[in-house]
Amino acid sequence: MPLDKNLQILIVDDYKTMLRIIRNLLKQLEFNNIDEATDGSMALAKLKDKAYGLVISDWNMQPMTGLELLKAVRADAGLKALPFIMITAESKTENVVAAKEAGVNNYIVKPFNAETLKAKITSVLGA
Amino acid sequence: MGAAPLPAASLDQRLASLRQTYGEAIPLDDLVDVVRGLLESLHGDVTLQDLRVYGELEALARYIRRAKEEIRSIRPDDISEEHIPTANVELDAIVTHLEEATGTILDSTEIVEAIATGVGGEVGERLQAAVTAIYEACNFQDISGQRITKVISTLQTIERRIGLLVEALGGTGEALPRKPGEKAATSTDDHLLNGPQLPDNANSQAEIDALLASFD
Repeated sequence: MPLDKNLQILIVDDYKTMLRIIRNLLKQLEFNNIDEATDGSMALAKLKDKAYGLVISDWNMQPMTGLELLKAVRADAGLKALPFIMITAESKTENVVAAKEAGVNNYIVKPFNAETLKAKITSVLGA
Repeated sequence: MGAAPLPAASLDQRLASLRQTYGEAIPLDDLVDVVRGLLESLHGDVTLQDLRVYGELEALARYIRRAKEEIRSIRPDDISEEHIPTANVELDAIVTHLEEATGTILDSTEIVEAIATGVGGEVGERLQAAVTAIYEACNFQDISGQRITKVISTLQTIERRIGLLVEALGGTGEALPRKPGEKAATSTDDHLLNGPQLPDNANSQAEIDALLASFD
């Protein structure tokens, strides 16, 4: 099944450069409905305001981290099934385990490449 | 006939007198004089054990005095007021320059990408592949920024510890307050915010994929 290119995607990162890189790579994959947030709390507000089909989030942000965002999403009845990919420099086993236990769908370690991003999105969206 | 042995009560009296003068804590600056005075006040049959204890006390006082002199010689005020702030400013400047340079690279790359789309064909595809490689390489800005943030945090910890050490040794240094920009622990997952790992310690994407798969 092909990926739905009209999917609404929310990318979350406190580094504007990373938002730009991920957005450009997603555009290369022909995703054009992309919104951005610079921390977990801003992302959560956007998620409650609009229907998204995928969240791609960094972990290390203030005031709300990516893990806290993930937990808030999974605790929200209206958002708990939302596909969630973590993209982060946090590569320790304890981080991966914590994210998985919190309900992450996939985990990409920085620095990453376009192929990995595509593969994880495809895997998470079940295409 | 030698000096009369020091009765046990005399030592107790001497200690009581010291307590009366200094209370329970003797300032480090006075410690050497107190130990010397105590030893000089003792006459007669002091036991070997007593001598060993007094000797160790005196050695401890000498050690503390040497440590204070060494700390004074490295000028801890310079470290907290000049060296570390300067290093922080330089590191902040590196982060800013990295961000600006990466922004410029991305500006140009987006122009090339637009041209590649217009060119099409094999040349367009090759240009597009090069553009993708540049986007991937620009990951470095985020990773470098996080590494530099870790270094700044480490410097701030050293600065604070030096202040505490100087204070503990009776120096004039005051405990250094938290810097305005210094991040306080506010997240529920602070213990997991490790930042980028050095290549030898980091899990690869393949290792992380295997770890995730082990949950299934």
